[in-house]
Amino acid sequence: MTAAPVGTAEAAPTGAFDPAAPYRLAESVSLRPESFGALVYDFHTRRLSFLKTKPLVRVVEALAHHDDVHGALTAAEVPDDQRDQYLRALAGLAQAGTIQPR
Amino acid sequence: MKLVEHFTHGLTSPICLTWELTYACNLSCVHCLSSSGRRDPNELSTDEAKAVIDELQRMQVFYVNIGGGEPTVRSDFWELLDYAIAHDVGVKFSTNGVKLDKARAEQLAKTDYVDVQISLDGATAEVNDHVRGPGSYDTAIRAMENLYEAGFGQFKISVVVTRQNVDQLDDFKAIADRYGAQLRITRLRPSGRGADTWDELHPTQPQQKQLYDWLVARGEDVLTGDSFFHLSAYGQELPGLNLCGAGRVVCLIDPVGDVYACPFAIHDQFLAGNVRSEGGFRTVWQDSELFAELRGPQSGGACTKCSHYDACQGGCMAAKFFTGLPLDGPDPECVLGNGETELAKLEMDTIVPKPSLDHSHRTTPQRKDGPVPLTLSVRRPDKACDSDPLAGEGRRLPAGVRVN
Ligand code: SF4
Ligand code: SF4
Repeated sequence: MTAAPVGTAEAAPTGAFDPAAPYRLAESVSLRPESFGALVYDFHTRRLSFLKTKPLVRVVEALAHHDDVHGALTAAEVPDDQRDQYLRALAGLAQAGTIQPR
Repeated sequence: MKLVEHFTHGLTSPICLTWELTYACNLSCVHCLSSSGRRDPNELSTDEAKAVIDELQRMQVFYVNIGGGEPTVRSDFWELLDYAIAHDVGVKFSTNGVKLDKARAEQLAKTDYVDVQISLDGATAEVNDHVRGPGSYDTAIRAMENLYEAGFGQFKISVVVTRQNVDQLDDFKAIADRYGAQLRITRLRPSGRGADTWDELHPTQPQQKQLYDWLVARGEDVLTGDSFFHLSAYGQELPGLNLCGAGRVVCLIDPVGDVYACPFAIHDQFLAGNVRSEGGFRTVWQDSELFAELRGPQSGGACTKCSHYDACQGGCMAAKFFTGLPLDGPDPECVLGNGETELAKLEMDTIVPKPSLDHSHRTTPQRKDGPVPLTLSVRRPDKACDSDPLAGEGRRLPAGVRVN
Protein backbone atom coordinates (compact mmCIF):
# COMPACT_ATOMS: atom_id res chain seq x y z
CA MET A 1 0.00 0.00 0.00
CA THR A 2 1.41 3.37 -0.89
CA ALA A 3 0.26 6.47 0.89
CA ALA A 4 -1.15 9.28 -1.20
CA PRO A 5 1.17 12.28 -1.36
CA VAL A 6 0.04 14.91 1.09
CA GLY A 7 0.59 18.64 1.01
CA THR A 8 1.89 18.86 -2.53
CA ALA A 9 0.99 21.72 -4.82
CA GLU A 10 -1.40 19.61 -6.88
CA ALA A 11 -5.06 20.16 -6.15
CA ALA A 12 -7.53 17.32 -5.66
CA PRO A 13 -6.57 14.21 -7.66
CA THR A 14 -8.30 14.07 -11.00
CA GLY A 15 -10.23 10.92 -10.19
CA ALA A 16 -11.85 12.43 -7.08
CA PHE A 17 -15.22 10.96 -6.19
CA ASP A 18 -18.14 13.17 -7.14
CA PRO A 19 -21.53 12.03 -5.82
CA ALA A 20 -23.27 14.37 -8.27
CA ALA A 21 -21.85 12.41 -11.22
CA PRO A 22 -22.99 9.11 -12.72
CA TYR A 23 -21.00 5.97 -11.84
CA ARG A 24 -20.95 2.28 -12.63
CA LEU A 25 -19.15 -0.88 -11.66
CA ALA A 26 -15.76 -0.78 -13.34
CA GLU A 27 -15.59 -2.64 -16.61
CA SER A 28 -13.00 -5.11 -15.45
CA VAL A 29 -14.83 -5.89 -12.21
CA SER A 30 -17.31 -8.66 -11.44
CA LEU A 31 -19.47 -9.20 -8.35
CA ARG A 32 -20.29 -12.62 -6.99
CA PRO A 33 -23.17 -12.72 -4.52
CA GLU A 34 -22.29 -14.26 -1.15
CA SER A 35 -24.23 -14.60 2.10
CA PHE A 36 -22.47 -11.56 3.60
CA GLY A 37 -22.63 -9.34 0.53
CA ALA A 38 -20.45 -9.93 -2.49
CA LEU A 39 -17.03 -10.96 -3.59
CA VAL A 40 -15.42 -8.39 -5.88
CA TYR A 41 -12.93 -9.46 -8.48
CA ASP A 42 -10.98 -7.16 -10.73
CA PHE A 43 -9.83 -9.13 -13.77
CA HIS A 44 -7.35 -6.40 -14.54
CA THR A 45 -5.48 -6.08 -11.27
CA ARG A 46 -6.40 -9.67 -10.22
CA ARG A 47 -7.39 -8.25 -6.88
CA LEU A 48 -10.05 -9.84 -4.75
CA SER A 49 -12.02 -7.71 -2.32
CA PHE A 50 -15.42 -7.67 -0.68
CA LEU A 51 -18.59 -5.73 -0.31
CA LYS A 52 -19.34 -6.49 3.27
CA THR A 53 -23.09 -5.89 3.35
CA LYS A 54 -25.99 -6.65 1.05
CA PRO A 55 -27.33 -3.07 1.07
CA LEU A 56 -23.95 -1.85 -0.20
CA VAL A 57 -24.17 -4.42 -3.01
CA ARG A 58 -27.63 -3.02 -3.91
CA VAL A 59 -26.23 0.52 -4.02
CA VAL A 60 -23.29 -0.47 -6.20
CA GLU A 61 -25.58 -2.33 -8.57
CA ALA A 62 -27.96 0.64 -8.72
CA LEU A 63 -25.23 3.11 -9.73
CA ALA A 64 -25.42 2.26 -13.42
CA HIS A 65 -29.13 3.03 -13.60
CA HIS A 66 -29.09 6.51 -12.09
CA ASP A 67 -27.86 9.94 -13.15
CA ASP A 68 -25.89 10.45 -9.98
CA VAL A 69 -24.83 8.64 -6.86
CA HIS A 70 -27.55 10.29 -4.79
CA GLY A 71 -30.16 8.73 -7.05
CA ALA A 72 -28.68 5.30 -6.53
CA LEU A 73 -28.72 5.75 -2.77
CA THR A 74 -32.38 6.72 -2.90
CA ALA A 75 -33.25 3.81 -5.16
CA ALA A 76 -31.51 1.39 -2.81
CA GLU A 77 -33.51 2.90 0.09
CA VAL A 78 -30.51 3.99 2.11
CA PRO A 79 -31.81 5.85 5.20
CA ASP A 80 -30.86 9.52 5.40
CA ASP A 81 -28.77 9.14 8.51
CA GLN A 82 -26.59 6.51 6.78
CA ARG A 83 -25.95 8.40 3.56
CA ASP A 84 -22.62 9.86 4.66
CA GLN A 85 -21.40 6.46 5.63
CA TYR A 86 -22.33 5.09 2.20
CA LEU A 87 -20.76 8.01 0.39
CA ARG A 88 -17.52 7.37 2.22
CA ALA A 89 -17.65 3.69 1.32
CA LEU A 90 -18.32 4.55 -2.32
CA ALA A 91 -15.48 7.08 -2.38
CA GLY A 92 -13.23 4.25 -1.20
CA LEU A 93 -14.52 1.98 -3.94
CA ALA A 94 -13.92 4.69 -6.52
CA GLN A 95 -10.39 5.16 -5.30
CA ALA A 96 -9.78 1.42 -5.47
CA GLY A 97 -11.11 1.38 -9.02
CA THR A 98 -14.03 -0.88 -8.18
CA ILE A 99 -16.48 1.70 -9.46
CA GLN A 100 -15.78 4.28 -12.15
CA PRO A 101 -17.43 7.40 -13.58
CA ARG A 102 -19.41 6.81 -16.73
CA MET B 1 -20.02 -11.60 11.97
CA LYS B 2 -16.49 -10.91 10.85
CA LEU B 3 -15.70 -11.65 7.23
CA VAL B 4 -13.33 -14.43 8.08
CA GLU B 5 -16.13 -16.19 9.96
CA HIS B 6 -18.16 -16.25 6.79
CA PHE B 7 -15.21 -17.94 5.16
CA THR B 8 -15.14 -20.70 7.74
CA HIS B 9 -18.71 -21.54 6.77
CA GLY B 10 -17.79 -21.75 3.13
CA LEU B 11 -18.61 -19.59 0.13
CA THR B 12 -20.95 -20.27 -2.79
CA SER B 13 -17.86 -21.00 -4.89
CA PRO B 14 -14.22 -21.50 -3.99
CA ILE B 15 -11.80 -18.57 -3.98
CA CYS B 16 -8.68 -20.62 -4.33
CA LEU B 17 -9.33 -23.46 -6.72
CA THR B 18 -6.43 -25.55 -7.90
CA TRP B 19 -6.93 -27.65 -10.97
CA GLU B 20 -4.30 -30.20 -11.82
CA LEU B 21 -4.65 -30.97 -15.50
CA THR B 22 -2.44 -34.02 -15.72
CA TYR B 23 -0.36 -36.35 -13.61
CA ALA B 24 2.21 -36.43 -16.40
CA CYS B 25 5.46 -34.61 -15.75
CA ASN B 26 8.88 -34.44 -17.32
CA LEU B 27 10.46 -34.15 -13.88
CA SER B 28 10.39 -36.29 -10.72
CA CYS B 29 10.74 -33.75 -7.93
CA VAL B 30 11.32 -35.56 -4.67
CA HIS B 31 8.71 -33.48 -2.83
CA CYS B 32 5.95 -33.55 -5.47
CA LEU B 33 2.67 -33.01 -3.63
CA SER B 34 0.73 -35.10 -6.14
CA SER B 35 3.28 -37.90 -6.73
CA SER B 36 3.17 -37.03 -10.42
CA GLY B 37 5.09 -38.57 -13.26
CA ARG B 38 2.90 -40.71 -15.48
CA ARG B 39 -0.30 -39.62 -17.15
CA ASP B 40 -3.45 -41.29 -15.84
CA PRO B 41 -5.44 -42.94 -18.65
CA ASN B 42 -8.63 -41.66 -17.05
CA GLU B 43 -7.73 -37.96 -17.21
CA LEU B 44 -10.44 -35.52 -18.30
CA SER B 45 -10.74 -35.17 -22.07
CA THR B 46 -10.56 -31.79 -23.76
CA ASP B 47 -14.35 -31.63 -23.93
CA GLU B 48 -14.76 -32.64 -20.32
CA ALA B 49 -12.23 -30.01 -19.28
CA LYS B 50 -14.13 -27.40 -21.26
CA ALA B 51 -17.34 -28.43 -19.54
CA VAL B 52 -15.61 -27.85 -16.20
CA ILE B 53 -14.58 -24.38 -17.38
CA ASP B 54 -18.18 -23.64 -18.39
CA GLU B 55 -19.29 -24.64 -14.91
CA LEU B 56 -16.63 -22.46 -13.29
CA GLN B 57 -17.84 -19.55 -15.37
CA ARG B 58 -21.43 -20.11 -14.24
CA MET B 59 -20.23 -20.33 -10.62
CA GLN B 60 -18.20 -17.14 -11.06
CA VAL B 61 -14.95 -18.74 -10.09
CA PHE B 62 -12.91 -15.83 -11.31
CA TYR B 63 -9.60 -17.58 -11.60
CA VAL B 64 -8.04 -20.98 -11.21
CA ASN B 65 -4.56 -22.09 -10.33
CA ILE B 66 -3.64 -24.65 -12.92
CA GLY B 67 -0.96 -27.17 -12.14
CA GLY B 68 -0.15 -30.82 -12.41
CA GLY B 69 2.01 -32.73 -13.05
CA GLU B 70 3.37 -30.39 -15.64
CA PRO B 71 0.24 -28.88 -17.18
CA THR B 72 1.98 -27.68 -20.35
CA VAL B 73 2.79 -31.22 -21.46
CA ARG B 74 -0.91 -31.77 -22.16
CA SER B 75 -1.24 -31.25 -25.90
CA ASP B 76 -4.48 -29.28 -25.42
CA PHE B 77 -3.03 -27.06 -22.69
CA TRP B 78 -2.90 -23.88 -24.80
CA GLU B 79 -6.37 -24.53 -26.16
CA LEU B 80 -7.78 -24.92 -22.63
CA LEU B 81 -5.93 -21.81 -21.50
CA ASP B 82 -7.54 -19.73 -24.24
CA TYR B 83 -10.92 -21.33 -23.60
CA ALA B 84 -10.79 -20.48 -19.89
CA ILE B 85 -9.79 -16.88 -20.50
CA ALA B 86 -12.52 -16.47 -23.11
CA HIS B 87 -15.00 -17.70 -20.49
CA ASP B 88 -14.10 -15.23 -17.74
CA VAL B 89 -11.97 -17.70 -15.85
CA GLY B 90 -8.53 -16.16 -15.38
CA VAL B 91 -5.63 -18.57 -15.20
CA LYS B 92 -2.49 -18.73 -13.16
CA PHE B 93 -0.52 -21.76 -14.13
CA SER B 94 2.46 -23.36 -12.46
CA THR B 95 5.18 -24.80 -14.61
CA ASN B 96 8.73 -25.99 -14.43
CA GLY B 97 9.27 -24.00 -17.62
CA VAL B 98 9.90 -26.90 -19.96
CA LYS B 99 7.61 -25.59 -22.72
CA LEU B 100 8.22 -21.86 -22.27
CA ASP B 101 10.38 -21.19 -25.30
CA LYS B 102 10.62 -17.73 -26.87
CA ALA B 103 7.54 -18.22 -29.04
CA ARG B 104 5.34 -19.32 -26.14
CA ALA B 105 6.66 -16.50 -23.98
CA GLU B 106 5.66 -14.01 -26.66
CA GLN B 107 2.25 -15.59 -27.01
CA LEU B 108 1.73 -15.38 -23.25
CA ALA B 109 2.88 -11.77 -23.15
CA LYS B 110 0.04 -10.97 -25.56
CA THR B 111 -2.59 -12.81 -23.51
CA ASP B 112 -4.60 -10.97 -20.86
CA TYR B 113 -5.69 -12.60 -17.64
CA VAL B 114 -2.97 -15.16 -17.55
CA ASP B 115 -0.34 -15.37 -14.89
CA VAL B 116 2.65 -17.67 -14.93
CA GLN B 117 4.37 -19.19 -11.97
CA ILE B 118 7.74 -20.84 -12.42
CA SER B 119 8.79 -23.34 -9.80
CA LEU B 120 12.29 -23.02 -8.41
CA ASP B 121 13.46 -24.68 -5.24
CA GLY B 122 17.02 -23.47 -5.06
CA ALA B 123 18.68 -20.16 -5.89
CA THR B 124 21.59 -22.20 -7.21
CA ALA B 125 21.53 -25.18 -9.55
CA GLU B 126 23.09 -27.34 -6.89
CA VAL B 127 20.34 -26.82 -4.34
CA ASN B 128 17.51 -26.73 -6.87
CA ASP B 129 18.49 -29.77 -8.90
CA HIS B 130 18.95 -31.83 -5.78
CA VAL B 131 15.19 -31.64 -5.27
CA ARG B 132 13.84 -31.05 -8.77
CA GLY B 133 16.32 -33.08 -10.81
CA PRO B 134 19.31 -32.43 -13.07
CA GLY B 135 18.91 -29.59 -15.56
CA SER B 136 15.74 -28.26 -13.94
CA TYR B 137 17.43 -25.07 -12.72
CA ASP B 138 18.61 -24.18 -16.20
CA THR B 139 15.18 -24.93 -17.64
CA ALA B 140 13.50 -22.64 -15.12
CA ILE B 141 16.00 -19.80 -15.63
CA ARG B 142 15.68 -20.06 -19.40
CA ALA B 143 11.90 -19.79 -19.10
CA MET B 144 12.30 -16.70 -16.91
CA GLU B 145 14.64 -15.11 -19.42
CA ASN B 146 12.16 -15.80 -22.20
CA LEU B 147 9.27 -14.25 -20.29
CA TYR B 148 11.40 -11.26 -19.35
CA GLU B 149 12.58 -10.68 -22.91
CA ALA B 150 9.06 -11.06 -24.28
CA GLY B 151 7.89 -8.32 -21.91
CA PHE B 152 5.43 -10.58 -20.10
CA GLY B 153 5.51 -8.36 -17.02
CA GLN B 154 5.35 -9.58 -13.49
CA PHE B 155 5.30 -13.36 -13.46
CA LYS B 156 5.87 -15.33 -10.28
CA ILE B 157 8.72 -17.41 -9.02
CA SER B 158 7.41 -20.06 -6.69
CA VAL B 159 9.69 -21.50 -4.05
CA VAL B 160 8.94 -24.27 -1.59
CA VAL B 161 10.99 -23.43 1.48
CA THR B 162 13.26 -26.27 2.59
CA ARG B 163 16.08 -26.89 5.00
CA GLN B 164 18.50 -26.54 2.09
CA ASN B 165 17.21 -23.28 0.60
CA VAL B 166 16.01 -21.30 3.61
CA ASP B 167 19.35 -19.46 3.66
CA GLN B 168 18.81 -18.39 0.06
CA LEU B 169 15.69 -16.28 0.51
CA ASP B 170 17.55 -13.06 -0.31
CA ASP B 171 19.06 -14.72 -3.36
CA PHE B 172 15.62 -15.79 -4.58
CA LYS B 173 14.46 -12.23 -4.15
CA ALA B 174 17.42 -11.05 -6.23
CA ILE B 175 16.54 -13.51 -8.99
CA ALA B 176 12.94 -12.29 -8.95
CA ASP B 177 14.11 -8.68 -9.14
CA ARG B 178 16.42 -9.49 -12.03
CA TYR B 179 13.49 -10.72 -14.13
CA GLY B 180 10.87 -8.26 -12.91
CA ALA B 181 9.10 -11.13 -11.21
CA GLN B 182 7.38 -11.47 -7.87
CA LEU B 183 8.66 -13.95 -5.35
CA ARG B 184 6.23 -16.46 -3.86
CA ILE B 185 7.39 -18.74 -1.08
CA THR B 186 5.28 -21.53 0.33
CA ARG B 187 5.45 -24.18 2.93
CA LEU B 188 6.66 -27.71 2.28
CA ARG B 189 3.98 -30.22 3.21
CA PRO B 190 4.46 -33.94 3.71
CA SER B 191 2.05 -34.65 0.84
CA GLY B 192 2.62 -36.96 -2.12
CA ARG B 193 6.30 -37.80 -2.46
CA GLY B 194 6.87 -35.03 0.07
CA ALA B 195 5.92 -37.60 2.71
CA ASP B 196 9.00 -39.63 1.83
CA THR B 197 11.39 -36.70 1.96
CA TRP B 198 9.83 -34.56 4.66
CA ASP B 199 12.26 -35.62 7.37
CA GLU B 200 15.20 -34.38 5.35
CA LEU B 201 13.68 -31.37 3.64
CA HIS B 202 11.47 -29.62 6.13
CA PRO B 203 13.06 -26.62 7.88
CA THR B 204 14.44 -27.20 11.36
CA GLN B 205 12.99 -25.36 14.33
CA PRO B 206 15.66 -22.60 14.30
CA GLN B 207 15.18 -22.26 10.54
CA GLN B 208 11.47 -21.71 11.05
CA LYS B 209 12.22 -18.78 13.31
CA GLN B 210 14.67 -17.51 10.72
CA LEU B 211 11.97 -17.79 8.06
CA TYR B 212 9.47 -15.97 10.25
CA ASP B 213 11.94 -13.15 10.92
CA TRP B 214 12.65 -12.87 7.22
CA LEU B 215 8.95 -12.67 6.40
CA VAL B 216 8.42 -9.94 8.98
CA ALA B 217 11.45 -7.95 7.85
CA ARG B 218 11.47 -8.48 4.10
CA GLY B 219 8.22 -10.19 3.22
CA GLU B 220 6.16 -7.17 2.29
CA ASP B 221 5.92 -7.77 -1.43
CA VAL B 222 6.51 -11.50 -1.19
CA LEU B 223 3.53 -13.80 -1.69
CA THR B 224 3.07 -16.74 0.63
CA GLY B 225 -0.20 -18.32 -0.45
CA ASP B 226 -1.18 -17.84 3.19
CA SER B 227 0.79 -20.96 3.93
CA PHE B 228 2.84 -19.96 6.98
CA PHE B 229 0.11 -19.05 9.42
CA HIS B 230 1.44 -21.60 11.92
CA LEU B 231 4.46 -19.29 12.25
CA SER B 232 2.23 -16.49 13.53
CA ALA B 233 2.64 -18.11 16.94
CA TYR B 234 6.12 -16.53 17.05
CA GLY B 235 4.55 -13.16 17.57
CA GLN B 236 2.79 -10.99 15.07
CA GLU B 237 0.19 -12.39 12.73
CA LEU B 238 1.37 -12.70 9.18
CA PRO B 239 -0.79 -11.04 6.54
CA GLY B 240 -3.46 -13.28 5.08
CA LEU B 241 -6.50 -15.20 6.13
CA ASN B 242 -4.80 -17.22 8.84
CA LEU B 243 -7.07 -20.17 8.61
CA CYS B 244 -7.10 -23.56 6.99
CA GLY B 245 -9.26 -23.01 3.93
CA ALA B 246 -9.67 -26.65 2.99
CA GLY B 247 -13.17 -27.24 1.65
CA ARG B 248 -14.19 -23.74 2.72
CA VAL B 249 -12.44 -21.47 0.25
CA VAL B 250 -9.85 -23.93 -1.10
CA CYS B 251 -10.19 -27.12 -3.09
CA LEU B 252 -8.54 -29.25 -5.74
CA ILE B 253 -9.83 -30.78 -8.95
CA ASP B 254 -7.39 -33.51 -9.89
CA PRO B 255 -6.64 -34.74 -13.43
CA VAL B 256 -9.32 -37.45 -13.34
CA GLY B 257 -11.92 -34.98 -12.04
CA ASP B 258 -11.81 -35.99 -8.39
CA VAL B 259 -12.46 -33.10 -6.02
CA TYR B 260 -10.36 -32.97 -2.85
CA ALA B 261 -10.58 -30.52 0.04
CA CYS B 262 -7.09 -29.20 -0.62
CA PRO B 263 -4.30 -29.78 -3.15
CA PHE B 264 -2.13 -31.08 -0.31
CA ALA B 265 -4.72 -33.61 0.79
CA ILE B 266 -4.89 -36.12 -2.03
CA HIS B 267 -6.27 -38.97 0.03
CA ASP B 268 -9.58 -40.84 0.04
CA GLN B 269 -10.41 -39.28 3.37
CA PHE B 270 -10.50 -35.82 1.82
CA LEU B 271 -12.21 -36.82 -1.42
CA ALA B 272 -15.52 -34.98 -1.81
CA GLY B 273 -16.72 -36.24 -5.20
CA ASN B 274 -16.01 -36.10 -8.91
CA VAL B 275 -16.84 -33.48 -11.52
CA ARG B 276 -18.07 -36.25 -13.82
CA SER B 277 -20.87 -37.19 -11.44
CA GLU B 278 -24.37 -35.82 -11.79
CA GLY B 279 -24.55 -32.15 -10.87
CA GLY B 280 -20.88 -31.66 -11.67
CA PHE B 281 -18.48 -29.56 -9.68
CA ARG B 282 -21.16 -27.26 -8.32
CA THR B 283 -22.95 -30.08 -6.55
CA VAL B 284 -19.72 -31.40 -5.09
CA TRP B 285 -18.72 -27.97 -3.81
CA GLN B 286 -22.10 -27.04 -2.43
CA ASP B 287 -23.53 -30.34 -1.24
CA SER B 288 -20.79 -32.83 -0.42
CA GLU B 289 -20.91 -34.26 3.08
CA LEU B 290 -17.19 -33.88 3.51
CA PHE B 291 -17.25 -30.17 2.76
CA ALA B 292 -20.27 -29.68 5.01
CA GLU B 293 -18.27 -31.28 7.79
CA LEU B 294 -15.23 -29.11 7.11
CA ARG B 295 -17.44 -26.02 7.27
CA GLY B 296 -19.00 -27.06 10.56
CA PRO B 297 -17.66 -26.41 14.05
CA GLN B 298 -14.24 -27.93 14.70
CA SER B 299 -12.45 -28.87 17.84
CA GLY B 300 -8.90 -27.68 18.26
CA GLY B 301 -8.09 -30.36 20.83
CA ALA B 302 -4.97 -29.71 22.87
CA CYS B 303 -4.25 -26.56 20.84
CA THR B 304 -7.27 -24.70 22.17
CA LYS B 305 -5.40 -24.32 25.46
CA CYS B 306 -2.48 -22.69 23.71
CA SER B 307 -2.18 -18.91 23.93
CA HIS B 308 -1.19 -18.81 20.25
CA TYR B 309 -4.27 -20.63 19.08
CA ASP B 310 -5.98 -17.53 17.70
CA ALA B 311 -3.15 -16.91 15.29
CA CYS B 312 -1.97 -20.43 14.61
CA GLN B 313 -5.17 -22.46 14.86
CA GLY B 314 -3.24 -25.65 15.21
CA GLY B 315 -1.66 -25.34 11.80
CA CYS B 316 -2.16 -27.37 8.65
CA MET B 317 -4.57 -30.27 8.44
CA ALA B 318 -2.65 -31.98 5.64
CA ALA B 319 0.69 -31.67 7.46
CA LYS B 320 -0.79 -33.38 10.49
CA PHE B 321 -2.54 -36.06 8.52
CA PHE B 322 0.43 -37.17 6.47
CA THR B 323 2.78 -37.23 9.44
CA GLY B 324 0.35 -39.46 11.33
CA LEU B 325 -0.64 -36.83 13.89
CA PRO B 326 -4.23 -36.42 15.09
CA LEU B 327 -6.06 -33.65 13.28
CA ASP B 328 -7.14 -32.00 16.51
CA GLY B 329 -3.65 -31.45 17.88
CA PRO B 330 -0.55 -29.45 17.07
CA ASP B 331 1.04 -29.10 13.66
CA PRO B 332 4.21 -31.18 13.17
CA GLU B 333 6.08 -27.88 12.87
CA CYS B 334 4.38 -26.27 15.89
CA VAL B 335 6.73 -23.44 16.83
CA LEU B 336 6.52 -24.46 20.49
CA GLY B 337 7.84 -27.89 19.64
CA ASN B 338 4.58 -29.60 20.63
CA GLY B 339 4.32 -31.29 17.25
CA GLU B 340 7.76 -32.83 17.58
CA THR B 341 6.86 -34.11 21.00
CA GLU B 342 3.73 -35.72 19.58
CA LEU B 343 5.67 -37.20 16.67
CA ALA B 344 8.19 -38.70 19.07
CA LYS B 345 5.34 -40.33 20.93
CA LEU B 346 3.98 -42.06 17.84
CA GLU B 347 4.57 -45.76 18.08
CA MET B 348 7.11 -47.22 15.73
CA ASP B 349 4.37 -49.27 14.13
CA THR B 350 1.95 -46.39 13.66
CA ILE B 351 0.63 -46.51 10.16
CA VAL B 352 1.23 -43.12 8.64
CA PRO B 353 -1.40 -42.47 5.98
CA LYS B 354 0.04 -42.33 2.53
CA PRO B 355 -1.41 -40.74 -0.56
CA SER B 356 -4.13 -42.78 -2.19
CA LEU B 357 -2.57 -42.29 -5.59
CA ASP B 358 0.93 -42.56 -6.95
CA HIS B 359 1.76 -41.64 -10.54
CA SER B 360 5.52 -41.50 -10.01
CA HIS B 361 7.74 -42.57 -12.86
CA ARG B 362 8.53 -46.21 -12.29
CA THR B 363 12.21 -45.51 -12.61
CA THR B 364 13.68 -42.36 -11.23
CA PRO B 365 15.85 -40.64 -13.83
CA GLN B 366 19.54 -41.12 -13.14
CA ARG B 367 21.34 -38.11 -11.81
CA LYS B 368 23.87 -37.11 -14.42
CA ASP B 369 26.03 -34.95 -12.27
CA GLY B 370 27.58 -37.49 -10.01
CA PRO B 371 27.11 -37.61 -6.28
CA VAL B 372 24.96 -34.92 -4.69
CA PRO B 373 25.88 -33.27 -1.43
CA LEU B 374 22.92 -34.68 0.41
CA THR B 375 21.29 -38.03 0.44
CA LEU B 376 17.57 -38.47 0.43
CA SER B 377 16.47 -41.53 2.24
CA VAL B 378 13.09 -42.87 1.33
CA ARG B 379 10.67 -43.55 4.12
CA ARG B 380 8.20 -45.40 1.98
CA PRO B 381 5.89 -47.58 4.02
CA ASP B 382 5.30 -51.17 3.10
CA LYS B 383 4.79 -51.24 -0.65
CA ALA B 384 2.95 -54.53 -0.47
CA CYS B 385 0.07 -52.76 1.19
CA ASP B 386 -1.78 -51.42 -1.81
CA SER B 387 -4.99 -50.24 -0.32
CA ASP B 388 -4.94 -47.52 2.23
CA PRO B 389 -5.40 -49.01 5.68
CA LEU B 390 -7.14 -45.93 6.98
CA ALA B 391 -9.64 -45.40 4.20
CA GLY B 392 -13.14 -45.20 5.58
CA GLU B 393 -11.92 -45.67 9.11
CA GLY B 394 -13.32 -43.67 11.94
CA ARG B 395 -10.56 -41.07 12.21
CA ARG B 396 -12.67 -38.00 12.69
CA LEU B 397 -12.48 -35.29 10.18
CA PRO B 398 -10.99 -32.61 10.36
CA ALA B 399 -10.68 -31.62 13.89
CA GLY B 400 -7.63 -29.46 13.37
CA VAL B 401 -9.66 -26.81 11.66
CA ARG B 402 -11.15 -24.12 13.73
CA VAL B 403 -14.22 -22.01 13.44
CA ASN B 404 -13.96 -18.67 15.18
S1 SF4 C 1 -4.87 -28.50 4.75
FE1 SF4 C 1 -3.03 -27.24 5.01
S2 SF4 C 1 -2.50 -26.62 2.93
FE2 SF4 C 1 -4.63 -27.32 2.86
S3 SF4 C 1 -5.89 -25.47 3.18
FE3 SF4 C 1 -5.54 -26.41 5.20
S4 SF4 C 1 -3.75 -25.36 6.03
FE4 SF4 C 1 -3.78 -24.98 3.83
S1 SF4 D 1 0.24 -25.75 20.39
FE1 SF4 D 1 -1.12 -25.73 18.60
S2 SF4 D 1 -1.94 -23.61 18.52
FE2 SF4 D 1 -0.13 -23.57 19.90
S3 SF4 D 1 1.56 -23.00 18.56
FE3 SF4 D 1 1.53 -25.25 18.61
S4 SF4 D 1 0.27 -25.86 16.84
FE4 SF4 D 1 -0.10 -23.67 17.23
